[in-house]
Amino acid sequence: MGSLEIVRIVEIEREASHTLTYRFPARFGGAPGQFVMVWIPGHDELPMALSYLGEVTGITVQAMGDATRAFAEFKVGDRIGVRGPYGNAFAVRGASCLFVGGGTGAASLIAAIEAYAAAGKEVTTVIAAKTQAELIFEERAARSGRVEVSTDDGSKGYKGFAAPLAEKLLDEGAFDQVITCGPERMMHGVVAAAGRRGIAVQASLERYMKCGVGICDACAFDDGLLCVDGPILEGPRLSRSEDFGKWRRDRSGVRVAL
Amino acid sequence: MATLEVDVAGLRLPNPTLLASGFLGETGASLIRSWKAGAGGVVTKSISREPRQGYPNPTIFEADGSLLNAVGLPNPGIAAYEAEARKAVAAGVPVVGSVFGSTPDDYAEAAAALERFGAEAIEMNLSCPHVEGTGSEIAESEDAVRAYVRAVKGRTHVPVFAKLSPNVSGIAKYAAAAEDAGADGITAINTLKAMAIAPELRMPVLAHKTGGLSGPAVKPVGVRCVYEIHAAVDVPVLGVGGISTGRDALEYILAGASAVQIGTAVMTRGIEVFAKVSREIAGFLESEGHGSVREIVGAAHG
Repeated sequence: MGSLEIVRIVEIEREASHTLTYRFPARFGGAPGQFVMVWIPGHDELPMALSYLGEVTGITVQAMGDATRAFAEFKVGDRIGVRGPYGNAFAVRGASCLFVGGGTGAASLIAAIEAYAAAGKEVTTVIAAKTQAELIFEERAARSGRVEVSTDDGSKGYKGFAAPLAEKLLDEGAFDQVITCGPERMMHGVVAAAGRRGIAVQASLERYMKCGVGICDACAFDDGLLCVDGPILEGPRLSRSEDFGKWRRDRSGVRVAL
Repeated sequence: MATLEVDVAGLRLPNPTLLASGFLGETGASLIRSWKAGAGGVVTKSISREPRQGYPNPTIFEADGSLLNAVGLPNPGIAAYEAEARKAVAAGVPVVGSVFGSTPDDYAEAAAALERFGAEAIEMNLSCPHVEGTGSEIAESEDAVRAYVRAVKGRTHVPVFAKLSPNVSGIAKYAAAAEDAGADGITAINTLKAMAIAPELRMPVLAHKTGGLSGPAVKPVGVRCVYEIHAAVDVPVLGVGGISTGRDALEYILAGASAVQIGTAVMTRGIEVFAKVSREIAGFLESEGHGSVREIVGAAHG
């Protein structure tokens, strides 16, 4: 059940202005969409998606809180703790898929994008960010298929949010499924757009987590727990959800608006 | 077919397994899920008057099926917990409300609130080993145990269980103090104070440094404590600590537990652990010719 491994960072790559990828050797494997609990010693332990799979696995982190800003100062050779992988993986369906990644959400998708392309399926990816400097994995996704970019400020690609761009692509092409990860309001729009067209959709969600293994109740989502029932949930489950796009729990367990 | 029904100081349960406090239980939904998975009853997360965030991560460390945690008693506080408790009660779940605080009045206030929300019994968390000023030192003083139990008994009408710490020498005298102050039952044991260190990092794994150990590693300690408590008091005992299987539960029952609580094994055997343990107890009773689990409570005392 994923006990703690202490690993050395072997490579750090800057993906965007405040976003870094950390590569490290890990024994635990993992499938596209699964997450690990990453211990940044002296700071925090946080759930993070695997952006690289394989013997030298990787995570991609935006420096936005105290712990992740401290993590941005880490160097090659520094050590972190990792346990997992936890949660479910993206399900492969049909022959063509539209991926929609907003912000660091693209980090949860990129391993799946590559796996789909490697399986001979047709991949289209929307990479979205507030501005051009925050776009990540655009080139990597382009090696697996077509890429469309959107930025909120119009500094590159489509000007506006990812959901309307995804909707436009769904009307123009034939997709068997949609897979999305990013800000929850964006995913809410993408899930609704896919649902209206009767296309299967999966979204990878994020909540505050402590244990990662289904015992602490911190990531309560509707009647379940995101760490074991998710982080990937399917369209029908999301469309009847009370919490999706609306509610989260704070650290004390109080339900608060998202 | 052997009956698994038990009556613990008036708390009637269809089988002797309960969800232990601290596992799930922060939401009404998870209490209901545990009940549907076969728990005879559920103990809530420990609830305090005010919301509490708990400690920073890392808050858990898992090794070989045992668990070290310093989650730090996060809970939404009694006001926000009302909806969660009432949701479970409305679904017909036998709810035991776990309470903690810094003063006898804190405990009494939280206990009275949980009773009002429909809890069928109260469990006083007198012994969380990793939260200073909220428990562990209460369970290290017979006078404090008496004062806290009296305060809660003075504000409640349902059965009150005192949950004791194994981090003491001679747990039985604290059980006797609780009984003396009117406790209707004793829950034993809370976690053992413990530490894990990451050698490569030369630092403790938990952000709080120390935490509470639960799971298979603590079972023999728990069985010994329940055995000693059963010999020292007349009120029923709820056994908890490392129960994953029916045989584990039977050890506690034979030592003197009228019911058992399961926590860490939810991680290792899944939430179905309650139904599994019940089936395993029933299988033993039938093969040994017993009609009821009640027949063998304390039988190891001869």
